[in-house]
Amino acid sequence: MVIGSPALMHAQPRDASADHRHGPDAPDAAMPAQASIKAQVKDFSFYYGQFQAVKNVSMTIREHKVTALIGPSGCGKTTLLRCFNRMHDLYPNTRYAGEIRLLPDGFNIVDRRVNPIEMRMRISMVFQKPNPFPKSIFENVAYGLRLRGVSSRSELAGRVEHALRGAALWEEVKDRLKKPGFDLSGGQQQRLCIARALAVDPEMILFDEPTSALDPIATAKIEELVHELKGRVTILIVTHNMQQAARVSDETAFMYLGELIEMDRTSKIFQNPSKQLTEQYITGHFG
Amino acid sequence: MSQDASNAAGRGSRLARADGSLGARGLLSVMIERGIEFGLLLAALASVAVTLGIVFVLVRESAPFFAHVSLGEFLFGTEWTPLFSDPKYGIGPLLSGTFVTTTIALCVAMPAGTIVAIWLSEYAPHRIREMVKPVLELISAVPTVVFGYFALTVVTPMLQSVLARINVDLPTFNMLGPGIVMGIMIVPYVSSLSEDAMRAVPMLLREGSYALGAGRLTTALRVVFPAALSGIGAAYTLAMSRAVGETMIVAIAAGQKPTLTANPLESAATVTAYIVQVAGGDVPHGSIGYQSIFAAGLALFVVTLGFNLVGAALRRRFRQAY
Repeated sequence: MVIGSPALMHAQPRDASADHRHGPDAPDAAMPAQASIKAQVKDFSFYYGQFQAVKNVSMTIREHKVTALIGPSGCGKTTLLRCFNRMHDLYPNTRYAGEIRLLPDGFNIVDRRVNPIEMRMRISMVFQKPNPFPKSIFENVAYGLRLRGVSSRSELAGRVEHALRGAALWEEVKDRLKKPGFDLSGGQQQRLCIARALAVDPEMILFDEPTSALDPIATAKIEELVHELKGRVTILIVTHNMQQAARVSDETAFMYLGELIEMDRTSKIFQNPSKQLTEQYITGHFG
Repeated sequence: MSQDASNAAGRGSRLARADGSLGARGLLSVMIERGIEFGLLLAALASVAVTLGIVFVLVRESAPFFAHVSLGEFLFGTEWTPLFSDPKYGIGPLLSGTFVTTTIALCVAMPAGTIVAIWLSEYAPHRIREMVKPVLELISAVPTVVFGYFALTVVTPMLQSVLARINVDLPTFNMLGPGIVMGIMIVPYVSSLSEDAMRAVPMLLREGSYALGAGRLTTALRVVFPAALSGIGAAYTLAMSRAVGETMIVAIAAGQKPTLTANPLESAATVTAYIVQVAGGDVPHGSIGYQSIFAAGLALFVVTLGFNLVGAALRRRFRQAY
């Protein structure tokens, strides 16, 4: 995957604006007691037909923080993540119950009366496998902007460049923006998808196991990126890799069989969880 | 087989006897396997052999024709009258008839077929799709002679009454009517193959588009359609081959008068219509008039092959590895 992309082997040239943002980031101690809240999940359930995949979950997503969802396969973490932009609407026989309120305006994402398109305009998503569109690198990033009515060439060019820089991809692709997105390596494709998600200035980005299809080097880059993005945007990330959760997140929610077992600061969850089930999971006794 | 053998080896006391009989069975299954492989190879070679045979017959039978008619006259002559007392052998009029009717057919079938495919793949609920597809495919089961008379007795009169309002005179035999009917006939070819291609596009791509706030139409047109372009191109190529080769509709409804024209309102003959006219008539075998149908067939073959090659090259160019 790294072949044909020597830049991956070197330290990444990063634009200056990104640098000051995280600085000496002592991960958890830095969290203020009163971080503002981006989303409030309340008594939320999700059903595939008769099967209740998410059970009465209530949780708080803090603004400009990284919240990780962990748990064994089938625990409902990805299902829950996909409720935040109503991806389940694309499939028949799915039902939401309860609330996922986006703050500060407090509108309920999963209310059927809310137009999913309007809501998705505010929340971006990065998927398990890179899924660039069959378009050029430039048009991949411009896609969401065009949907939002941006058509001036100079504005598009500026915002595409800004997004690609934000995804630490600009230096690698600036000379071949017209080439198909498929020509990139897997890791670059995933960063292209992150750029695509960033370009539209979302309030929240959902990451669904974004590194599960990538090699360790590409994975490290994505994790670094997630780290850089927080502070600007609220991030919700699903991962089955506990080290990854520990490395990138501020808060961690542990789910099991559709229920939220425990949610706390990441350091607390990994060093001193209050539930036995959580401890068993993070010490590798199941899952 | 090797699994059988290892199971037998584990059975201890019955090993010797079991091993012997398994050996025989093993040999049998190897022979069956070889036999199947050989049969499959034969089947694959058969289609190649048929194609080569067709090319061989076309070339051999048109050789006497080209001994009599120069290639220059054949390619650049503007009249095709092999059966007249003063014969002219320019293939142009036949090819123009084929091109005009094919173009009209594609102008109908490509947009209509694509729209149907998009609807079936992106909009239609599962149950309705499963009902509509076979019904659509029934269209291609209608004998083309029926379509020919449909063009002659229904579509052309309708076109005549419409065109009469803008003072355009449409003869009974024309290329427009049969072209449109041919287009209707090949809509299912386009829609069925295009729909398969679009449904093969991974859901992940659609999700990516929806997640950015796109609606259904945008997702279908700007993500699914380009991703399926190579398959859709194959559908278009097949539809064109079908239109180029179509015989009965044009033979019945376009008139059988070879005319070098691009005007769809005129009557004309296509290559295939000419071939069927001569083959069904009383032209003596071995005459230049009779051999001319092989020359015409060869010309058609070369043209179709050329288009298929271009289509294949385009498909390779636009192939997307999602």
